[in-house]
Amino acid sequence: MLTVKGLCTDYLGERGQAIRAANNVSFDVPVGKLFTLLGPSGCGKTTTLRSIAGLERPLLGEISVGDDVVYSSARGVFVPPNQRGLGMVFQSYAIWPHMTVFENAAFPLRVGRKRLSRQKIDQRVMRVLQTVDLQEMAQREATKLSGGQQQRLALARALVMEPRLLLLDEPLSNLDAKLRERMRFELKRLQRELGITTVYVTHDQSEALALSHSIAVMNKGRIEQIGPPREIYERPVNQFVADFIGSTNFLDATVSGAESVAGFYRVRCELGEVKAFAHELLTAADRIVLSVRPEDIQLSESRPEGENVWEGTVDQKVFLGEFADWQVAIGERRLQSRVHPSLRTKAGERIYVSIDPEKCVALKP
Amino acid sequence: MAGEAASGFAHAGPRFDPKWLIIVLCVALTLYLGVVPLGFLLWQSFFTPQSAAKAAQFTFGNYAEAYGSADTWILFGNSLKFATGAAAMSFAIGTLLAWMNERTNTPFKGLFFALSVIPLIIPGILFTVAWILLGSPKIGLINLVLQRIFDTDAVFINVYSLAGMIWVDGLHYSPVAFLLMTAAFRAMDPSLEESAIMSGASVLQVAARVTLPLAAPAVFATLLILFVRAIESFEVPALLGLPVGLQVFTSAIYQAVHRYPSQIGLASAYAVTLLAMTSVGVYLQSRLSSSGSKYATMTGKGFRPRPIDLGRWRYLTTAIFLGYFLFIVVLPFLVLLWSSLQKFYAVPSMEALSRLTLEPYRTIISYPNIMRSVWNSLFLAIASATLIMLVTSVICWIVVKTRLPGRWLLDNIASLPMVFPGIVLGLAIMILYLTLPLGIYGTIWIMLIAYVTRFMPYGLRYNTTSMLQIHKELEESAAMSGASWTTTFWRIVLPLLKPGLVAGWIYIVIVSIRELSSSILLYSPGTEVLSVVIWELWENGQYVELSALGVMFILGLFVLVLAAQWLGRRFGIREL
Repeated sequence: MLTVKGLCTDYLGERGQAIRAANNVSFDVPVGKLFTLLGPSGCGKTTTLRSIAGLERPLLGEISVGDDVVYSSARGVFVPPNQRGLGMVFQSYAIWPHMTVFENAAFPLRVGRKRLSRQKIDQRVMRVLQTVDLQEMAQREATKLSGGQQQRLALARALVMEPRLLLLDEPLSNLDAKLRERMRFELKRLQRELGITTVYVTHDQSEALALSHSIAVMNKGRIEQIGPPREIYERPVNQFVADFIGSTNFLDATVSGAESVAGFYRVRCELGEVKAFAHELLTAADRIVLSVRPEDIQLSESRPEGENVWEGTVDQKVFLGEFADWQVAIGERRLQSRVHPSLRTKAGERIYVSIDPEKCVALKP
Repeated sequence: MAGEAASGFAHAGPRFDPKWLIIVLCVALTLYLGVVPLGFLLWQSFFTPQSAAKAAQFTFGNYAEAYGSADTWILFGNSLKFATGAAAMSFAIGTLLAWMNERTNTPFKGLFFALSVIPLIIPGILFTVAWILLGSPKIGLINLVLQRIFDTDAVFINVYSLAGMIWVDGLHYSPVAFLLMTAAFRAMDPSLEESAIMSGASVLQVAARVTLPLAAPAVFATLLILFVRAIESFEVPALLGLPVGLQVFTSAIYQAVHRYPSQIGLASAYAVTLLAMTSVGVYLQSRLSSSGSKYATMTGKGFRPRPIDLGRWRYLTTAIFLGYFLFIVVLPFLVLLWSSLQKFYAVPSMEALSRLTLEPYRTIISYPNIMRSVWNSLFLAIASATLIMLVTSVICWIVVKTRLPGRWLLDNIASLPMVFPGIVLGLAIMILYLTLPLGIYGTIWIMLIAYVTRFMPYGLRYNTTSMLQIHKELEESAAMSGASWTTTFWRIVLPLLKPGLVAGWIYIVIVSIRELSSSILLYSPGTEVLSVVIWELWENGQYVELSALGVMFILGLFVLVLAAQWLGRRFGIREL
């Protein structure tokens, strides 16, 4: 549905020098899927989205929506944003303060190329307001809405012209934590129900994991990894992705040799000999980084069976309600572990640490 | 209550706390400066002139005379036409330039902001004189050049007319409109326009349905500010209007005072009317800015909108900008420079070129009053700036940091002089000290009082901006460390206010040095300031000496503004 090929954009820095914002960005979004551009601020995700919208003019590359090429540097095509027929929700919502809720949502139908009858406009606006549960507020001044309602209105306005593609620029970042969590579900339900192809930009990894069919992790203008949420989380291709998605323990290590089972290796790190897993082929003496997620570190008061088991002491405990974060010291090294709050070992007492070899992911640094 | 918390600490002993002395002095000074002249002006407008033979009597005669005559209604009409025209012209130019600078890829962007200082470095009287040399029907260079080109003796432009007055005043203050509209463009979240574009709206639809309605409050506020400023304008109506009998309120007040015998009552009646007009303007503007908060929408991370690529139209906007720059800076300055290098004023020609001389500069430097007036101007500028910044820092501390009842009133009284046109303030102060036998009238101190009163609102504004940024806990922790209020104010508050203090101080120095419309009614032999000397030179017809003084004055102000901007960058202030 959406294809982006070799997209490069520049912007002018403060001294007028060109700074590369997106560097050779390519991806495909199939019909009906929600695709997320995820990365820290300044990674080029918003620039990429604005290039798809047509609000930025890229330097190089090609963007097509369905069968229409909307931008191509090679062919000199640039369709202006108001003729691309895409829906977009801005980070600030950009609700027009001088219009009512109804007028805000009706605007795209009133300014578009094809003229609709008043009745038809009424019908479609009310239907879309109903979809976002704002039908009762139609005649209100838009500025009287709460943050969450403004957000839903912005969504309604983007959906009212039934666009082929919906672009969302950090739509939840201005909401408070509780509301953000609820809107996450709302957004997911709406997108799945309407089956609308969506590109979603966020710097919040949990949002990306919760909503997406597919995620592209971006860093410094480049895409580091594209894949479904579970794959990105469980099989990050490098240290940046592992670090950015979720929290993790990193251990510098050297490969000692391969195990008999394919994909498994023996590596040496501060903790001693560890059995680890790698997606790519490693050879002996390769320097790697082990990534171990806190929730993959098993703690128990009696020594468990199996490999990758160490004896340590409980160093710090932080109780967080539905779970607890513990720091466990093994020799000099401290590992962070996420445990069920029912585990009651006291600080300073002995604890056994075990890690499933499959969860010790070896990454190229 | 910050005030009481701090005082509670200081009152632990039976000692006298100098805090209250400072506060009471500052409040009393503000009240005295803000309220008393206004009261006297109103009072005087109801009395007959006092003379040796007859004491002043209560009368409605001044108003009857003022409003009974058809001339007043002409005056009223002229004032309105002039102010509306000048405001509309500044607004149109300023908005076009602001749009070109903020939203398009017109070249020379660096120069645009240089424009903002032009009203500061070219005082109104010099700008007007320069435009007389350019646009007068007899000697105006533009007319002469066009007559040469088209080989006629028709008069193309005549600055001695209502249109001429509007042109000169509107042009001179268009940079103010430029700055105000630039701020308005920047305050608008660009995604409001972008979301309209994404909805499929065309450029025109975006402008008509989103940009303009959203900009409406800022547009009205800007127009009101420009209108109030134009109606207070003195130099342009006095130099261009009076010679052809075209009077507005400001010039009519000046004439009523300078007539023999002077008609102070009539002048007061005019002044009260003028004051009423400016008050309505300022009131409407404050109403507008408080209701405008509805439009202050939440903004995102603020992607600056990508400038519109004008393509070939770029050359047109560049031409507009360069033409404008020519009219507002290059031509006025060059014509003054030319005339300052002549023995007698002559229009440029090969013959005149051969007679270039520095004679006017020599004459002006040895001009009898010149050194004293330079000294007077500098003294008044520095003294008023220092006094204002210190007093308003205390006033603004009371208004911002305490919960004292009536503090809003104090704020309003300190801002009250904002509605006084310079000439009205001059008149009010003149009347006050003619009546009160304090021995101030005719000395430089009366001018200091006028300057301090007139520019107090600026000091208050600069200080308030800075004061709002000082967190209360910074003072509270000083109090907890055992510092008295006076120590805290001197060691904590004032140093933290420094950016605002310095910026405000420089601004007041600059506007004081150019002050004319109050000084013109208050000076006496020996207390002339630079702008008054320029005025006298004009009245005497000493054009070349005036130009020489003007060129040096402009260069001096230019250096001052550069220094101010350099200082501003060092202290991290972007105002001015």
